[in-house]
Amino acid sequence: MLAANARYWRSNLRLTLVLLLLWAITSLGCGVLLADWLNQFHLGGFPLGFWFAQQGSIVLFVLLILVYAVQMGRLDRRHRAELERLRNDASNAP
Amino acid sequence: MTVQGWTFVMVGLTFALYLYLAFRARVRDTQGFYVAGRGVPAILNGMATAADWMSAASFLSMAGLISFLGYAGGVYLMGWTGGFVLLALLLAPYLRKFGHYTVPDFVGDRYESDAARLVALLCALFISFTYVAGQMRGVGIVFARFLEVDVDVGVAIGMALVFVYATLGGMKGITWTQIAQYWVLILAYVIPAVAISWQLTGQPVPQIGMGSTVTDAGMPLLHKLDQIHSDLGFPEYTKAFTGEWDKLNVLCTALSLMVGTAGLPHVIVRFYTVKNVRAARWSGFWALFFIAMLYLTAPATAAFARYYVIDSLQGKTAAELPDWYHTWEKTGLVVWLDDGDDRLAYHGPAQQAQNELFRIGSLTAEQFATIRAGHQQWLDSLGAGGRDGRVEMTAKKLTGPDADILVLATPEMAQLAAWIIALVAAGGLAAALSTASGLLLVISSSIAHDLYYRMLRPQASEAQRLLVSRGTIGVAVVIAGVFGIFPPGFVSQVVAFAFGLAAASFFPVLVLGIFGKRTGAVPAIAGMLVGIGFTASYILGTVYFGWSRWCFGIGPQGIGVVGMLLNFGVALGLTPLCKPPSATAQAMVARIREPEGAGPGVDIESAPEH
Repeated sequence: MLAANARYWRSNLRLTLVLLLLWAITSLGCGVLLADWLNQFHLGGFPLGFWFAQQGSIVLFVLLILVYAVQMGRLDRRHRAELERLRNDASNAP
Repeated sequence: MTVQGWTFVMVGLTFALYLYLAFRARVRDTQGFYVAGRGVPAILNGMATAADWMSAASFLSMAGLISFLGYAGGVYLMGWTGGFVLLALLLAPYLRKFGHYTVPDFVGDRYESDAARLVALLCALFISFTYVAGQMRGVGIVFARFLEVDVDVGVAIGMALVFVYATLGGMKGITWTQIAQYWVLILAYVIPAVAISWQLTGQPVPQIGMGSTVTDAGMPLLHKLDQIHSDLGFPEYTKAFTGEWDKLNVLCTALSLMVGTAGLPHVIVRFYTVKNVRAARWSGFWALFFIAMLYLTAPATAAFARYYVIDSLQGKTAAELPDWYHTWEKTGLVVWLDDGDDRLAYHGPAQQAQNELFRIGSLTAEQFATIRAGHQQWLDSLGAGGRDGRVEMTAKKLTGPDADILVLATPEMAQLAAWIIALVAAGGLAAALSTASGLLLVISSSIAHDLYYRMLRPQASEAQRLLVSRGTIGVAVVIAGVFGIFPPGFVSQVVAFAFGLAAASFFPVLVLGIFGKRTGAVPAIAGMLVGIGFTASYILGTVYFGWSRWCFGIGPQGIGVVGMLLNFGVALGLTPLCKPPSATAQAMVARIREPEGAGPGVDIESAPEH
């Protein structure tokens, strides 16, 4: 049981960390730190750094939370199934 | 019907709707009063959170700010949305699993310390009061501008309305009215943006229109704006890091606003109203989705309005100026002090001496009349007598129109029907009222639940607690109204204070409380005090006492990040030296890490009473 809980928590932390990394790269990275350099490229009529600061990062934020909600839902289901199995094993044991 | 007639109709209809919803949702117990019975579906909670979060400042002032700041306006866009990622990933699901009523409740129970509870409580009250004062003022301003009633009368009407629906329905009433308010404000925001995008670029989607070609100019809008800006002495619109917005300040301000957003108690508390952990995650997604509707439109409105304002004013004679200019000139949001050639000239910092467009700002009507009379004398005497009003206004930093004018005037610029202009007034009120009611509830639950029930009288009965809650909301509404009628001069700067404080106090304590099992009361309280102490003294020092920006030149808006780092540093540094939290607290942390329906001790509805 405890091992299963620890495993669930580790997967949760890994997912959270990856998503937060993407969060930092788009907003603080592309939207701020690299904005002046990215502005030399264009996306349609937008200078790229400007686009990241005023449009791109917001769109990505919404997507990041969507991915989090979906993936955590999956993780929850897997975790519940695992606990169920452990409980059954325990009750079947002599 | 005139615009004013339509405004009365729109405001009357929406107010009647809010009251009807509140009456339908009236409550009889504290669970209903504080957390709407914990039965709000994720998508509806998302809408309510969006309305809760988007204040009078988001609705009325943000597009204007972006329009004047250009690229740097992105700090507000990224800051006020990026925080939701932190909130949804790091805080919301866990706090919902914990299942209490307020943020100080979590801090007090997790760190097993009433001192920690009290510090958190004081922070929550301070943040909420500074914020709500601005909202009440916003209500008064909308009334004053659209219905030509006195600002104070407007504040009083807003107070009365919030008082009725917040005391009647508590969180449940607030939730349903916030959902209605979301739709009023988002329609009022998006319709004018679509119309103006269509007129300028022939493209109905504002976010695409912003990157499209202006039909009249034959080049992309943003490119054209850059060109106009450099011709008139402004920094280029899309150019990054101009003026005092250097790279470090943009970074720190954006990060401060993000972390502050994640730590604001009135937003966090909305996640307590949903059914379970899964619903808390999904309502984080829906909240940002609905918020993004406005936040993705705002920069487009900003760019269109910037182009329109310059295009329709620059070089025009008094007879050629558009109608909206005359409308807003009456309110002092924009004034013209001519240099004698009878043509309006609007210039930026690099060509300051030629600029003729100003705003009254905080000057009284008499003060401005004196300046204007002196200026007229100066003109009539060809510089021999009187005083050049432009020099005086520039010295007072009142150059250019007021930022608020952009959202208010956009529908008129786009020559939309009177009822749409009226809808914008109703939208501004919806934005201010929804945020005000959420904040008032935090104030009420902080005092009635955390202070009265948890600290002073744990034996209080349900009926007593409900009475105290209703009473404190009433008192809080009155205090907020008084702040709205007699605004302390520092309201606008104080908002930076609220975010800085939330970033430096709540966020680290909450994150460590969930992700750090070993952190106990002493490190947490020490961290909070150091974070708040540093941030508060730096903001007060640089804003009021003329300190230099000694911390790497970071401005008061961005300093919350440093405060947050100090808080984390102190708390983590002290953790190994201090006693670990008790077995009860450690078990609690283990429990909030488990999703609902798995593992022991998950009966979430019994949690508040344990």
